[in-house]
Amino acid sequence: MSSNYRRRHLVERIMFGATGLATGFTVGILIFLLGFLVYQGGSSLSLDFFTHLPTPVGEAGGGMANALVGSAKLLFVAALVGIPVGFLGGVYLAEFGQGTLAFSIRYAADVLNGVPSIVIGVTVYGLVVVPLGHFSTLAGGLALGLIMIPVTLRTTEEFLRLVPTSLREGSLALGAPRWVTIVRVVIPAGLRGVTAGVLLSLARVAGETAPLLFTAFGNRFWSEGWLQPTASLPVMIFTYAVSPYDDWHRQAWAAALVLLVLVLGSNVLARLILNRGQGLRRAS
Amino acid sequence: MREVDFHGVSSTSLTRSPARMAARRPRVGGRRRWPHADRSFEFGTLAFALGVIAITLVVAGVLFHSSAAARDRYGWSFLWTSTWDPVQLEFGALPFIYGTLATSAIAVAIALPLGLLAAVCLAELLPTRLSDPLAFLIELLVAVPSVVYGLVGVFVLVPIMRSIENAVLPVLGSIPLFAGPVYGIGLLTAGVLLAIMIVPFIVSVSREVLLAVPQSQRDAALALGSTRWETVWHVVVPYARSGILGSVFLALARALGETMAVTMVIGNRPDISASLFAPAHTMAAVLANEFAEADSNLYLSALIDIAFVLFGITIVVNGIARLLIAATTNRATEVRG
Repeated sequence: MSSNYRRRHLVERIMFGATGLATGFTVGILIFLLGFLVYQGGSSLSLDFFTHLPTPVGEAGGGMANALVGSAKLLFVAALVGIPVGFLGGVYLAEFGQGTLAFSIRYAADVLNGVPSIVIGVTVYGLVVVPLGHFSTLAGGLALGLIMIPVTLRTTEEFLRLVPTSLREGSLALGAPRWVTIVRVVIPAGLRGVTAGVLLSLARVAGETAPLLFTAFGNRFWSEGWLQPTASLPVMIFTYAVSPYDDWHRQAWAAALVLLVLVLGSNVLARLILNRGQGLRRAS
Repeated sequence: MREVDFHGVSSTSLTRSPARMAARRPRVGGRRRWPHADRSFEFGTLAFALGVIAITLVVAGVLFHSSAAARDRYGWSFLWTSTWDPVQLEFGALPFIYGTLATSAIAVAIALPLGLLAAVCLAELLPTRLSDPLAFLIELLVAVPSVVYGLVGVFVLVPIMRSIENAVLPVLGSIPLFAGPVYGIGLLTAGVLLAIMIVPFIVSVSREVLLAVPQSQRDAALALGSTRWETVWHVVVPYARSGILGSVFLALARALGETMAVTMVIGNRPDISASLFAPAHTMAAVLANEFAEADSNLYLSALIDIAFVLFGITIVVNGIARLLIAATTNRATEVRG
C-alpha cells in the first residue's frame, strides 16, 4: 500500500515536471525568437533601412523604404475593405443574430477564417489581377481585406455581446428606437473591445505573405498610385531569405525584426487597451 | 484561436458607466421621422454580414471555374497521379497531397503531446497570476508571421536538423524511413517547424477547454483519493476530450494551409519518398512557388485545381473542429448551470 502510494506520487511528480518542461519549451520559443531576431536584425538595422531603396545585388547598404510604404498602403486598402464589412456584419450578429441565418453566417465566417491565405490569393488573382492584366497594390490590399473580414466580424460580435443588456434596456426605456440604441449606446460602450479586435486583425494581415505573392507581387522601386505592383515587408523577407546573398540575408533579418516588433507591438497594445478599461472600471 | 483571446476579460471591463451613458441621452423621435429606420438598420447590417457567405461562395466559385480545364482533362485521376511535369504538361497532384498530409501529421504528432502537457500546466497547476501572463505570451506566438518562422527555420532549424539527421543516419540509415542522403531541408524539418507553429494553438484552445471543466469533477476525484495527476489525467482531460480534439483539428487546419514557412524548409521537390529526410513539396508550397510563373492555361488551371482541393480539405477539417469545440463548451455550461 505504502509503496503503491509512493509510486503514484512519483508518477505525479514526473508528469507535472513534464508539463512544466512543455510550458517552458513553448514560452522559450518566443523568447528565443525575440532574442535571436534582436541579435541578428539589430546589427543590420540602421537609419538607411527606413529611408533608402534596395540596392542592386553586390552593392552594400540600401534599405526597404519602398516595402514599408508598400505594406502601409496594402494595409490601408485592407482596412477599407475589411473593417466596414466586418464591423457592420458583427453589429448584425451581436444585435440581431438569432436563428439559422445568423448561425450560417457565423459558420461561414469560421470556415473563411480557416481557408489558407494562399487560396484567397489565388481567388483575388482570378478576380482582379487577370481582368486588370497586371499585379497591383489594389489586388494585394483586397486579398488582405478579405482575410480580415471574418476576424473583424467575430471579434466585433464578441465584444458587443459583452455590453450588458441593462444598457440596451435603459436606452429603449427612454424611448430611443433600436437603431439609435445600437449606434449611440451599444457601440460606444463596446468600442474599446472592438478597437482592440480591429487592431489584432490588422496585425494578423500585416504579416501575411502568401496572398501577396501573386496579387501585389513585388517591386524593387517605388510603386506609384494603386494600380502597380508593390513591394511589401513580408514578401521582401521571403525573397531575401531564400536568396543566396549574405547581404540580403542581413536585410531579411532586419526586416523580420521590424515586422515582428510591429505585429507583437499591436498585440500588446490591443491587450493594454482592454486592460486599461478593466483598471478604470475597478477604480470607479 | 481568435475567440479565445479575451475570455479572461470580465464583461464589465468593456463598458462605460451607465450614468455616463444615460447622460448622452439618445435623440427621441427618430421613430416618428423614419418609421422604418429599425428594419432598414437591421437589413443594412445584415447585408454586410451576408458578405461573409458571399465571399465564401465566390472563393469556391472562382476556384471551381478556373480549374475547369485541368478537371476536364484529368478528372479524378488528378488526385492520384504523381507526375508533375510543366514542360510536358503532365499534371498530377499526389506528391503535393502526400507532402501536405505527411508534414501535417508529423506536426500534430509532435505538437499534441507538447501542447496538451503545457495546457494542463497552465490550466491546472499554475495560479492564475502566473498562468494568465504565460498564456498571453503563448498567444503572442500565434501572432508571429509565418515568414518569420520560415526565416528562423532556414537559418536555425535547418542546420540543427542536418546535424541530428547526420547523427541518426549511421544507426537507422538502413530503415527506408530514415534513409539518406541528408540535406537538412525536407519532410521532417517542415513537420518540426509546423509543430512549433501550431503548439500555441493547441495550448491556448485546450487551456480554455480545460478551464471550462466544472470544479465538482475535480473535487469528486480528489475526494475519492486520487492524486492531483490522476485527477487531471483520468477525470479532467477525458471530460474535455472533444474540445481538445477540436483544438487539434484547428491546429491541423492551420498546418494544412501553412505556406511560407513550409516552402522555405521543405526543399520543394515533387517526389514521394519513403524517407523523412528527403525533400518534398506541399499543396500550398507549390502554389507559392509556381503560380506566378505558370505560363500555360493548363498549368495555371492545374495549380488552381490544387488550390480547390486544399480549400475543400481545410473546410472539412475546420468544420469538424468547430463542431467538436462547440460540443464541449456547451456540455460544460449545461453541467454548470
